[in-house]
Amino acid sequence: MRLHHSIPLLRIVPDDTKFDFMRFRRISFPVSAALSILAIFLYFFHGLNFGIDFVGGTLIEVQSKSGPADLAKMRATLSGLGLGDVQLQEFGGPTNVLIRVAQQPGGEQAQQVAINKVREALGDEVDYRRVEVVGPRVSSELLAKSTIGLGLAIFGILIYLWFRFEWQFSLGAMIANVHDLVLTIGYMSLTQIDFDLSSIAALLTILGYSLNDTVVIYDRIREMLRRYKRMSMPDLLNISVNSTLSRSIITHVTVTLALLALLLFGGHAIHSFVATMIFGVVLVGTYTSVFIAAPILIYLGVGTTRMEAEDSAAKEKASTRQS
Amino acid sequence: MLYISKWKATAILLTALVCCLFAVPNFFPESTVKRWPEWAQRHIVLGLDLQGGSHILLEVDVNDVRRQKLLALQDDVRRVLREARIGLTRAPMIRGNSVEVVIRESDLQQGLTKLRELSQPLGGFVGSTGARSVDIENVGGGVVRLTPTEPALLERVRQAVDQSVEILGRRVNAMGLVEPSIQRQGNDRILVQVPGLGDPQQLLEILGKTAKLTFRLVDTSMPVEQALQGRPPPESEIVYGSEAERSQPYLLEKRVIVSGDELTDAQPGFDQRTSEPIVTFKFNTSGARKFAQATQENVGRPFAIVLDDKVISAPVIREPILGGSGQISGNFTVESANNLAILLRAGALPAKLTVIEQRVVGAGLGQDSIEKGKLASYFGAALVVVFMIVTYGLFGVFASIAVAVNVGMIFGILSLLNATLTLPGIIGIVLTIGIAVDSNVLIYERIREEVRTGRTPITAIDAGFTRALATILDSNITTFIAAAVLFFFGSGPVRGFAVTLGIGIVTTVFTAFTLTRLIVAWWVRWARPRQLAIS
Repeated sequence: MRLHHSIPLLRIVPDDTKFDFMRFRRISFPVSAALSILAIFLYFFHGLNFGIDFVGGTLIEVQSKSGPADLAKMRATLSGLGLGDVQLQEFGGPTNVLIRVAQQPGGEQAQQVAINKVREALGDEVDYRRVEVVGPRVSSELLAKSTIGLGLAIFGILIYLWFRFEWQFSLGAMIANVHDLVLTIGYMSLTQIDFDLSSIAALLTILGYSLNDTVVIYDRIREMLRRYKRMSMPDLLNISVNSTLSRSIITHVTVTLALLALLLFGGHAIHSFVATMIFGVVLVGTYTSVFIAAPILIYLGVGTTRMEAEDSAAKEKASTRQS
Repeated sequence: MLYISKWKATAILLTALVCCLFAVPNFFPESTVKRWPEWAQRHIVLGLDLQGGSHILLEVDVNDVRRQKLLALQDDVRRVLREARIGLTRAPMIRGNSVEVVIRESDLQQGLTKLRELSQPLGGFVGSTGARSVDIENVGGGVVRLTPTEPALLERVRQAVDQSVEILGRRVNAMGLVEPSIQRQGNDRILVQVPGLGDPQQLLEILGKTAKLTFRLVDTSMPVEQALQGRPPPESEIVYGSEAERSQPYLLEKRVIVSGDELTDAQPGFDQRTSEPIVTFKFNTSGARKFAQATQENVGRPFAIVLDDKVISAPVIREPILGGSGQISGNFTVESANNLAILLRAGALPAKLTVIEQRVVGAGLGQDSIEKGKLASYFGAALVVVFMIVTYGLFGVFASIAVAVNVGMIFGILSLLNATLTLPGIIGIVLTIGIAVDSNVLIYERIREEVRTGRTPITAIDAGFTRALATILDSNITTFIAAAVLFFFGSGPVRGFAVTLGIGIVTTVFTAFTLTRLIVAWWVRWARPRQLAIS
């Protein structure tokens, strides 16, 4: 056989997988519930490491002009300025330092005064690679806007899915994906990754992308529902998930490869953004579509309404015949 | 599904080609592109996070606008009542957000009629909304309270922003910065963006100054110390010197001889005797006349040059200044003299501006980000292509071609829109590479399934495409909704991510529906496969 006639060279997933995914729901549902509660607990009691986008303040990335930066000396200099909480950390290399100055009391002008003080104190020993000063008004607006945006995205997708599928699918997808977001936020709390505007972008991408996966499986379920009228719901869901399994895995490998390239070579600036995305898309998103989004349809009564509708139609026929 | 007419094929290829061609100018230096026809010059703009630069968001101080409005209203009330010869029990004064005046009982009705003339209907573009500029209240006991309305205040804020945008534009241009952008943002904000500016200290100094300049006489009727302890004369007030003047207090007349709006020119220079940096200025005709008269009448007395409520110098008038020009010396450095000249030439801002956000990226970090972004993109693309070819062989090559065209089209569309590419935007493109092959995977896996159900290769391919495309559309629209929301609610670099992700989704759907199908259709016609190997 000639090579160009063949589609697959490498078999990632055997053709006729018959995993009983639905049986796992007795494990996956409690596990997910526990993890979600843990994530919410983390959010409230461990908190997120809010960046200056949302709490205001000053962020400065400097590069020492002469060899590795002397963090201890810099810390001593800066904490003597009376600017409250000043944090320093090495950032991507021994010469680079990230300085965070908490929001100053005294309104917008006070922030500008603070940055000038820091500039004066550090003098000519460093190059300024990045300076960000966000005042109290802008930060509270950004927080409000981001929250509204996230809410609107969830709502918009809910509406779209409702148009394309029955409401049970829409609800199921939403439960699954809010679960994704909750777990990702738990992860961000646990790792204390900077939570800033790009984190919101990551969350929205995770939302869109893991829905993408869910939709592919739901599409198949819908098709199966039309084709096999009398199959039991768990069997039908199992077939649907199994038949899309190969695609799910191959796609996730490619997305993971792209994200890995970004993580390894994209530099320090996007590190937390990409790390969050890998967690959300790869670890949570995949698991959710298979183990949460699909089996939840059983509880939302997708199969049963269909059978009942047929049953009642049949009964009606029977009753008309009788009369 | 697999039969594609020649016309359709041509249209598909042309669309893809044209989109990709729009990306071409990005690969040539700007000087070369400049010589091309206008329509071919569109190119991607690098965001401030990639090329370095300053992003400064300023807000008009609404309280300052309100205060000015009240002062003007107070003047108007005084003038109107005086002109109508209306007796007052108490002169107009500012109380909270209103001006209060007490009119003698006998003149009250006439006074109210006169004062009502001060309240004008607010003109909108679409007729009058019925709103007026001032609320007038007869509180009783002869007390009349005038309050500027909220809509009037908002309109004034809007005007102040428009004027400020213009004045800031003049200031920034005078600094000789390249391609600055100054835009109104929302109701009361101004966004200043200057590419390539990694140290915005001077810019911030120039933007933040109101630059209200006045020339006033020093009140010598009382020593300053006495005025500081007791009460200054009613027509005078205490004004402090600038830091260069060691914050010394001065007793100045409230009356302004000439103000900065009557200047026609201001230039930095050096004093010929002391070779100190100075600023020379010229008045317009009416300004020159007022200044000449005042200096003639007050030879031997000191006068003060006041900038933003700070005395910058207080020289003694040695002889009348009749030529309408003069110089300010006030312990300037070369830079501060230059700044002051720029400020005076550009004019005073109508209200105070406050910096509420500042984001500055140095050129070094920008360059680093570009290089790392490129590296990550190449690696990402290479990994995906290799994986696809290992997995699907020839069909993997097809997928890779589709992805390459996809990325070309993203760059083309970004150029066509003159869109801004940011670091998160690069992430969006790399992510698209990863996601774009998903459409191919969906199609191929579907074809394999169809083959397993016993279809012939051609009908399997046909059915595979038909079934997979619906899924591709559904799954991409959800991501597109997320990208759209991010576009409308995100700001700055994050918006760049939304743009590339959104465009990437559109091009992905396009290539899946057209190009991939076309390639596979050609292959089927050429190879006429009798079976598609499954194992």
